[in-house]
Amino acid sequence: MSPDNLPATIVPLSFDLGSLVRRSVASLYSHLITRPTGQALRLGIESQIGELGEFCVSVLDFSQVAVLDYSCADEAVAKLILRYRQPDRPAEAYFLVRGLDVHHLEMIEAVLERHRLALVAEVVGTGPTLLGGVTPFEREVWHELGALGSARAEEVAARMGLPADDVVVSLDTLAQHRVVIHRAGSPTYHALQRLL
Amino acid sequence: MRVVAVPTTLDERSFDRLVRGLEEAGQERVLFDARHLRWVDPYGMLGLLAAGTVAGRAGARPRLQLPESAEVVSYLTRMGFFEHAAEVFELQGSGGRGRAEGGSDVLLEITAIRSHGDIHVLLDRIQERMAILMRQLHYPVVTAMNFSVILSEVCQNILEHAQAPGWVASQTYFWKRRLGRKAAVIAVMDLGVGFRGSLAATHASRYGDKWSDVTALEAAFIHGMTRLHDPGRGQGIKQIRKQVGRMGGRVSIRSGTARIGDVPDWDDAPPLEEQLPYFPGAQIGIVLPARVAEGEAEAGPKGGKE
Repeated sequence: MSPDNLPATIVPLSFDLGSLVRRSVASLYSHLITRPTGQALRLGIESQIGELGEFCVSVLDFSQVAVLDYSCADEAVAKLILRYRQPDRPAEAYFLVRGLDVHHLEMIEAVLERHRLALVAEVVGTGPTLLGGVTPFEREVWHELGALGSARAEEVAARMGLPADDVVVSLDTLAQHRVVIHRAGSPTYHALQRLL
Repeated sequence: MRVVAVPTTLDERSFDRLVRGLEEAGQERVLFDARHLRWVDPYGMLGLLAAGTVAGRAGARPRLQLPESAEVVSYLTRMGFFEHAAEVFELQGSGGRGRAEGGSDVLLEITAIRSHGDIHVLLDRIQERMAILMRQLHYPVVTAMNFSVILSEVCQNILEHAQAPGWVASQTYFWKRRLGRKAAVIAVMDLGVGFRGSLAATHASRYGDKWSDVTALEAAFIHGMTRLHDPGRGQGIKQIRKQVGRMGGRVSIRSGTARIGDVPDWDDAPPLEEQLPYFPGAQIGIVLPARVAEGEAEAGPKGGKE
């Protein structure tokens, strides 16, 4: 472990969903649609995370995905995040999505909202974005931590001109959402998007 | 043999007349008389297939007297109607036995939905015909993609809730009188358990004596209820309503003896109908108007036949 209580090696794991769906479902399907497709995707991703060890940051790449429907997004994205938010999660996996286009965004937002989840995303044409059910203040805190990369609550609070107590609750909430990395016992919070 | 007259215009509005005729036939063998059919849309085509299937359940295979209009027969052929009708009816009359050729004007031929794999196949087909949506309805890519999402979700509704196979079809038309511009019509039908049947085990008891086709449709359509205990479920219809509403369209679901829908300003259909003649399963109709180009005033009603 590093001084910040982060593992010395973070395994970056990238999933090109456009190609993974073809492997996982063993067909020529080119769209992320239907629940069975989403379930197959999720199981495939979970299996690969399981092979890579305890701590990894998984990038879900949508850049080759043409159509994404709600049902598939619910199974492949929402339930994947939910699984790794559970106390009995099989690994310390964090998720980011990349290559999201406007027509994917609405479906992802809908499933996140439905399950009260949050997710760090790189939307085409913009930088890293925080999607899902967070408050405007939590979003602001997330942005400030992103600018710092890694920081203690006091440092984020100082940047915002606020007392640390006002910020630490939000940082902990973001960590529970797993859009910020925070290891138990460490005073330091890490911006997920900066680890890549 | 009981003769059931097929309305001269067969669409969502006239489907109930067809169902009422079928209801009056009782257990008798049925002849669907479509000789005078002059105009039919995907809802009407699927409705005729569904009505024929229901008539066949009573015993003898129903007969279908084909339309006299060569144009209508040609259109039904291009939409793949006769491939499916041959499994349902004894066909009478000339023409109309050919396979669908997938004419350049067809958005989506009648397609049976029996598995999730069928939905992938039809999405591939729609992706190949995106040009129709973009050229005829002026949809930008994002809207055309949303059209695919609507199709996917509405077809999954068959497999998830009907517990029976179904059909889907789509085509574009010029909706002159009501809309004043082109629109895409999507129809999806099944002859499964219907919304009341699907939700009964998990929701009927809380409604008590009020449980009916109307309350079941309201539960699913308005409140997103589903028979499955999964917080992610029941959202497909919500997403369909959201997308259709944003496109200024109309969506309706008929099941059992009731129909519920989101009705835009350009239409005068009631949002809720009850005490309709009973028909099994679920029949979903969606109308998506062409996009009005920026700077172009929205065309008002102009009269004339649709």
